[in-house]
Amino acid sequence: MQDSGIQVLFDGINFFRLLEGLWASIRIAFTSMLFSVVLGLFLGMVMTGKNKAIRFVCRVYLEVVRIMPQLVLLFLVYFGAAKHFGIDISGEMAAVLVFTFWGTAEMGDLVRSALISIPKHQYESGYSLGFSKIQLYLHIILPQTFRRLLPSAVSLLTRMVKTTSLVVLIGVVEVVKVGKQIIDASRFENPKAAIWVYGAIFLLYFAVCYPISKLSTVLEKRLKD
Amino acid sequence: MEQAILQTVALTKSFDASPPVLKNITFSIKKGEVVVVIGPSGCGKSTFLRCLNLLEPIDSGEILLDGKEISSDKKNIHKYREKIGMVFQSYDLFPHKTVLENVMLAPVLVQKKKKEEVKKEAEALLDRVGLLEKKGMYPRQLSGGQKQRVAIVRTLMMHPEVLLLDEITAALDPEMVREVLQVVLELAREGMTMVIVTHEMDFAKAVADRVIFLDKGEIVEEETPQEFFNYPKTERAKKFLNTFHFEALEI
Repeated sequence: MQDSGIQVLFDGINFFRLLEGLWASIRIAFTSMLFSVVLGLFLGMVMTGKNKAIRFVCRVYLEVVRIMPQLVLLFLVYFGAAKHFGIDISGEMAAVLVFTFWGTAEMGDLVRSALISIPKHQYESGYSLGFSKIQLYLHIILPQTFRRLLPSAVSLLTRMVKTTSLVVLIGVVEVVKVGKQIIDASRFENPKAAIWVYGAIFLLYFAVCYPISKLSTVLEKRLKD
Repeated sequence: MEQAILQTVALTKSFDASPPVLKNITFSIKKGEVVVVIGPSGCGKSTFLRCLNLLEPIDSGEILLDGKEISSDKKNIHKYREKIGMVFQSYDLFPHKTVLENVMLAPVLVQKKKKEEVKKEAEALLDRVGLLEKKGMYPRQLSGGQKQRVAIVRTLMMHPEVLLLDEITAALDPEMVREVLQVVLELAREGMTMVIVTHEMDFAKAVADRVIFLDKGEIVEEETPQEFFNYPKTERAKKFLNTFHFEALEI
């Protein structure tokens, strides 16, 4: 029987190493997302504020993030910081920084649009009942914003998980990097390793992202009531 | 003379650079009085109510609650709003909360009352407007008239000194108007102080102690309802009242 090459996945601790790499990706994506949600919530509220100067600065920030490829940002932070400021940060730290920088902008814009989609009368009936601004946001506006936010926030999270594949280029060993290492190591004895390893990586990404988007559908339905 | 609860002195309000929507309005309402404000659309009725509830900043003049100037005191603004309840045209219940949660939220949160007491009162009030069995439902499961009754209860729960009703039946289907106005009539009978903006002339006749006719941002007439509806003094008021009689239309 012809050798399919699938055994590369089960050689030694190869599969375990792939999972380890995946864990690095997840760690970066989820940590960044956590920061992005918290910071983005504030950014979004600031962006709906009355101050024109602040709104302009936020707008510029958002555009910069959107125009710059994440890879350029990664290089800027990882190599730029080391070279010009003498700050030596790990690749993973740089990745979290960049992803948070990106995610905060995107989350901020999502929060902003969710906030302005809430009818003016919701604010007014709250105020007319004597709510303070904080009470109003905490009990009336944010809970409603949250529901509107959920689908797009989840899609941002899955995009982040997928974009972690870029961090190979600043030397972080995540799932794609581990895959490459395995392929390189078995180049001679198993030339067909690439298809299996990348196939496995494909499925691993799917295994992470699919439950997340499923969860959002469930939550959305639950929150409706 | 009994003291006025809510007063305005020479209130003027404009949006941006356009001519003022409210000009020099001097108005007062005593405890237990029901004042109905009517006038053609765009005359500033709603803006007037919104100013009274400090939702709109005013250009000049004063708003007095129990004799105290409140329009310039931004710091205590929510304290004053507690005392001036308002119900809007678009019955904005909080969609993510049940009927009971909607009416309980403000007393518990803002007035820091005990939950059990608030609940008891909420249920009693909901029962009075015939909606006790709906207490666990969400606003989207209710009809427009039911929502508006809940909105009234939500405001009453704060025990306001004055109630402002801003065209509360304007967004309702005709068959639901009555159930809402019935509630307002009962409140009037119990001595609730109210400023009502409405387009329902028969209702205005029935509920008002005093009618204010507003046109182009000015108080044109201020009369008892009998006087105003039967013997309007100004041309403008006559013209306005005529628009409600179909036989007056030239076909």
